[in-house]
Formats: sequence, structure tokens, C-alpha cells
Amino acid sequence: MEERAAQLGKRSIKTTAKQQGIRLAISMLDLTTLEGADTAGKVRHLCAKAVCPAPTMPEIPSVAAVCVYPALVSVAREALHGTGVRTASVAAGFPAGQVSLEAKLADTEDALAAGAEEIDMVISREAFLAGDDARVQREIAAVKERCGEARLKVILETAELGSYDHVRHASMLAMEAGADFIKTSTGKAGAGATPGVCLVMLEAIRDYAERSGRIVGFKAAGGISSARAALHRLVLVKETLGDEWLTADRLRIGASSVLNDLLMQYARTKTGRYGRPEDFSRE
Amino acid sequence: MSAGTRTSLVWDYAPAPEAVDHLRLRDRYGLFLDGEFRDPVEGRYLPTINPASEEPIAEVGWAGPADVALAVERARAAQPAWAALPGLERGKFLFRIARLIQERARELAVVETLDGGKPLRESRDVDIPLAAAHFFHYAGWADKLRHGVQAREVAPLGVVGQIVPWNFPLLMAAWKLAPALACGNTAILKPAPTTPLTALLLAEICQEAELPPGVVAILPGDGNAGAALVRAPGVDKIAFTGSTAVGREIQAALAGRRVGLTLELGGKSANIVFEDAALDQAVEGIVNGIFFNQGHVCCAGSRLLIQESVREEVVDRLWRRMGRLRVGDPLDKNTDVGAINSAAQLQRIEALVAAGEAEGARRRTIACELPERGYWFAPTLFTEVSPAHRIAVEEIFGPVVSVLSFRTQAEAIEKANNSRYGLAAGIWTDKGAKAFEVARALQAGVVWQNTYNHFDPTAAFGGYKESGFGREGGPAGLRPYLRIVR
Repeated sequence: MEERAAQLGKRSIKTTAKQQGIRLAISMLDLTTLEGADTAGKVRHLCAKAVCPAPTMPEIPSVAAVCVYPALVSVAREALHGTGVRTASVAAGFPAGQVSLEAKLADTEDALAAGAEEIDMVISREAFLAGDDARVQREIAAVKERCGEARLKVILETAELGSYDHVRHASMLAMEAGADFIKTSTGKAGAGATPGVCLVMLEAIRDYAERSGRIVGFKAAGGISSARAALHRLVLVKETLGDEWLTADRLRIGASSVLNDLLMQYARTKTGRYGRPEDFSRE
Repeated sequence: MSAGTRTSLVWDYAPAPEAVDHLRLRDRYGLFLDGEFRDPVEGRYLPTINPASEEPIAEVGWAGPADVALAVERARAAQPAWAALPGLERGKFLFRIARLIQERARELAVVETLDGGKPLRESRDVDIPLAAAHFFHYAGWADKLRHGVQAREVAPLGVVGQIVPWNFPLLMAAWKLAPALACGNTAILKPAPTTPLTALLLAEICQEAELPPGVVAILPGDGNAGAALVRAPGVDKIAFTGSTAVGREIQAALAGRRVGLTLELGGKSANIVFEDAALDQAVEGIVNGIFFNQGHVCCAGSRLLIQESVREEVVDRLWRRMGRLRVGDPLDKNTDVGAINSAAQLQRIEALVAAGEAEGARRRTIACELPERGYWFAPTLFTEVSPAHRIAVEEIFGPVVSVLSFRTQAEAIEKANNSRYGLAAGIWTDKGAKAFEVARALQAGVVWQNTYNHFDPTAAFGGYKESGFGREGGPAGLRPYLRIVR
């Protein structure tokens, strides 16, 4: 498993493939800020960057979505209005998930009421690790029902699951319970979207699609902070699920800090030299 | 571009060829004899070609009987002093060689790929690092020989003749030379006629390491040079890796003579997938087992035995995975399957595949564009194979896997052992007890559990039955190069 993932990590992505891959990765980004210190001002800056990541390079697309806490959804929604960039919110007791189902549903409803178009929820690891698969699924199904038209991304928090077997099992539970996307991590606990974990989840998605006919998307989040890591995830998806998965409808990369590295690497493919970190705005 | 819009784009990797401008290859290489490169006595030079383009790379001197006789004489002369060196000192030479291989790793990888057709990904990540690792491993044994074979006193055999094949040219040279030298023998190595270059670079490395003249000779050539080496008086041991047919000839030629022999020959190794295996991982192992190095691997998992209950599913997954193999320019860093080593080998593969079709097995070959020049064979899967078919019995030595099925554990063991060969086997199951039970019952020198084609200098490698005898690697690999005095 890890061997295959590592092997794919050695694919050499150069020149036009690198440019194209970087644009692709940017178009799939969920630009994220999830800090206690987030303010309306910070979220507005982030939204501006999301819509137009690099004003000097007009061929760079907008990102897929901006992901914030429920309290800041209305700010993001207003800033992104009419831009095509979607507003996503974490909900349901993020990041630990250690609250009652009622509280999770209320949290979700708050975010939806404020205009969230996508909800990122965590599974209850407490129930999962205790073997209560039914409760894990019941909670996902209940949140999904509240979501209605909004997309539901279910976070497995793989670093806390303990084994690849558990990652696969949790992937299947989430997909069967109605997840639109399955997502690796909150970014708040240990190792995030490691290549091995991504590969296990992608294989689960492939097998579930084959069995049920339903397409579930994949979101890699946590620890992806370089362009190289982002491109590696694209390679994993391409060689496990195929090119038709390389679209923001089916694949997302959640990150707070990778965008500037992608831009810097992109600029390098055009100018032949590395820019300075100060060449790109910080939000 | 916003979320929700479907891109219709196909993202493909741009060509990523490894640079060759750093190579310092000469136009012409003589024989490496007595510490220097010299012309063959008969003056014969032949080009070695790149199987991916059919272009010549360099001219290489071919050894004849007179060269072999001279090499044996010089090796005999050098042997007493070499054996008299303290083990620690011999070890230092081997450490030096190992480090020089590492220093020149990039160059060696590119040359291995140019000369043999294997993907750079493999020569860079497997062949060259493992070759260095073998020298490191045996360098460490040089001053501990008697502990490696549990004896109180040991002695080297003398002069050893070593004949290696074209599938892992440098790695096989390392497998042979490292233990022989560590034990205090001097060695005459004959590389394969299609892939002499990395062995000649290793000769340069021996010079750089200031190995005493005569300790190692490297004599490229064909079967005639090999036959001369086998029959040369003054050779105390022959180590051969290659085909079973040639191995048989060598054994016959040595009958009744006091010459040691180890043979590492062909195989038709069984890769056994039980229904409780992690199937995706098994598929990766199957791919690595048979498409690694274009299937030019003596221990390739060429007989795939799948439990009937999961046969269809595994074949479907395997076929889908095969579709993602990237076949083409071996120097491209993204290539998974490179060129077939020679025109002759390509013909052998084609003939056996044709026989498989004629006998009624169902052939599937992946659709991929193959370069116009060079020798190529696209990865191929045979289903509906019966155990009597030639493709289930004979070694194909190419990227061709034959699928057979079994119903029970007992049947799996019986079918796996139902072969003239016995080099390696793979077992795929999540049940530990089953894996050990089956491994014990298999007549194979190497059994991999939930992996395949993994090599390590500390592990013994060798065959049962017509796959040969003798072990290479680890302390067991010292034994064939030592005499136990007491």
C-alpha cells in the first residue's frame, strides 16, 4: 500500500504537465481558515485571494471553495457572491465531534442558514472506535438529511483511526450513509492526508462506485503544504480512479498554506527562476 | 473556472527523460585483466546496442579461450596474497567499491538502462542501490567468515569463475563478486553478451578502489568464453546464473572434476492469491511480480494461482491495473515497463505467446503505443489456462502472466509444487497461520508473504529442483566460496 503510494510519488511532473497540474490543483482547492482568531477581516482577505489568486497571472483559476467556521459563513458568502467560488463550513462539533447529535444538527443548521453550500463534518471517532458503526452512520445520515441540496463532506480523521483497515471501513460507512465526499482529516490531529491513507480511501471510492453506481468525491486535507505534495495527490487520483476524477466536483484539496507554493512553482515554470515568498500576498 | 463546472481535460505527464549528458562512456572497452583494460588476444570487438533504439552505444572486446587462460593464470598468481590479507583489509576494499558504486549511482543507473532496456525507475531505485548494499554486506563479513558458517577455521577455494545473465547485469555481478572476494578468492566474471557495460564500469571502480591486479578480471563474451572458463584448468569453482539448459551443460562439463558449482537457474514461480487476501495489495504484488523488469526475472511470479471464489474479481482488478502501466522509453522517469532486452528474447516471448493462443488460452494484451524501433512487448494476461499448457509450464521470461485457479489450500500447494522448477513463490492472505503452513509446504527457495520480488543482501536466495542449488545473500552466501578446514 505505502509502497505503491510512494512509487506514485516518484512520478516526474515537468514543464507543461506541471503548469497544467498546478492550475488543476488550484481549481480544486478548498482554501481554509479554521482558527479561534479568525475575524471577518481575515475571511474577506482570504475570499479575495480565493477568487483571484494571482492578479499578475490571469490564467490561474479561482479556487473551488472557501472553508470557514459557521460564525463566519455569512461574511464569506457575501464576499464570494456571484464569483462561482463556493462557501463551505465545518460543522457538527468540529474538530472533535464530541457533542450530542442535537448539537451537531443545530451547528449544521446554523451554517446552512448563514448560506453555507458545503458542510464538512467529522465522524464520531468515539462511536467508531467503540465499534458502534450504526451510530456513526445514523449521525452522518441525520446531518445529510439537514443538508438537503448542500454538499456533505465527511471527515474520517484518519490519524485517529489507527489502521488502514479502519480507514477503509470508515470510508465505506460514510459513503453508505450518504456522504457526497469523504475527507481525510480536520488538520487538527496528527498526520493528515498521507499518501497511504489517500490511496486506501481512493480505492474504497472506486470499489463503492463500482458496487453502487454512486460517485463519491474525495477531499485530501491536512499536511499538504507544498506544490509537490499537492501534485502527488493528483497523481494518486489519476492512477487510481482515472482522469475523469480530476474535477472540482469529485476532488478537493483542503489547505491553508499550499496556495502560495503552488503560485511560486507556477511562476517558476514561466520565468525559469524561483520568486521570493514576498511576491505573493499573505492573508 | 469555478467549482461545479466539469473540466474535460486529460492531464498527462510530459516526457521526463533522464539526462545522459553526464555520462563519460568511452567508445571502446577492452577486457579488464590484471588490473587494466587490454585488447582481446583475437582482437575481436563488437558493438553493444541499446534495445530501446537498436543504436550502438560502445564497442566491447570479446574474450576468447586465450584471454580466459591468461585471466586464470593471473588470478591464480594474485590469489595467495589476496587470501593472506587480514579479513579487515579485504573488507576495506569492498567498502571502497560499495561507496564508489554509490558515488557513481546516477551514471551506473543510466548506463544500465541504456544497455539493457529496463526502466530508469528500476535501475535507479533497485539495481544500483542493491548492488552497493551487497558489497556493504559482504564487506562486513570479510573479517568474520568463520562465524558466518559456524566453523573454527575456514579457507577460500581459490580462483572462481562467475557467469552472470543480462537481466540484472550489475546487481548479479555484485551478488557474485562480493562474497567471493570477501572470502579471499580471486574472481573472473563473464558478463552477458548483450549487457557488458555496467560490469566494465565496475572494472573502472575496481581500479579506482586500487584493488590489487588479478583479484578481479572482467571478460565480456558469449557462450564460448563461458565454456572456456568452465573448462579451464586452474578454476576451483564455477558460479552460474542463467538458463536451466546452460546450467545442465555446465554441470555435465564439471562432472568428475574437483570444481565447486552453484547454479541459479530458471523458474516458473507460483504467486498464490487466497480469497481472504487484501485484493488491491495482491494486485500490486502480482504486477510487481511479473511486470518488474519486463518479466526478465528468474523468480518472476509468472504462474498466478487464484482461489476460484475471487478469481474473476482479481482478474478484473489486475486487468484494470495493467491498463495504467506506462510502457515506453526506459529513460523516461515515468516509465513502468521498458524494452525487451534483445531481439532473440523478443522472439522467444512471441513464440511462447503464440503457443498459448494456439493451445486455446485467452490472451489479453494492453493497448498502448509502442515505439517503432527497438524491441517491445506489451504486458499480457492469459486466462483460461490449463496446467498442461506450455505457457503454464515453461519459463517465458517476459511480461506475460498465466492465470490458473484452485479451490482449496491443499490444491494450491499441489499445483504450486507441480513444476520442474522451484525458485520462488508468493502467498497472499490475511491469515498468518495459513501463510506459514503453506510456506512450509512449498518447494521453493524463496517464499514471499504479502509481497513479491523483494530482495535484501541479508536474505539467502536460491532454488529447489531444476531452479538450481547453492545460496546467494546473507551468511548462507558465504558457504559456496569457503572450504571448512575444521
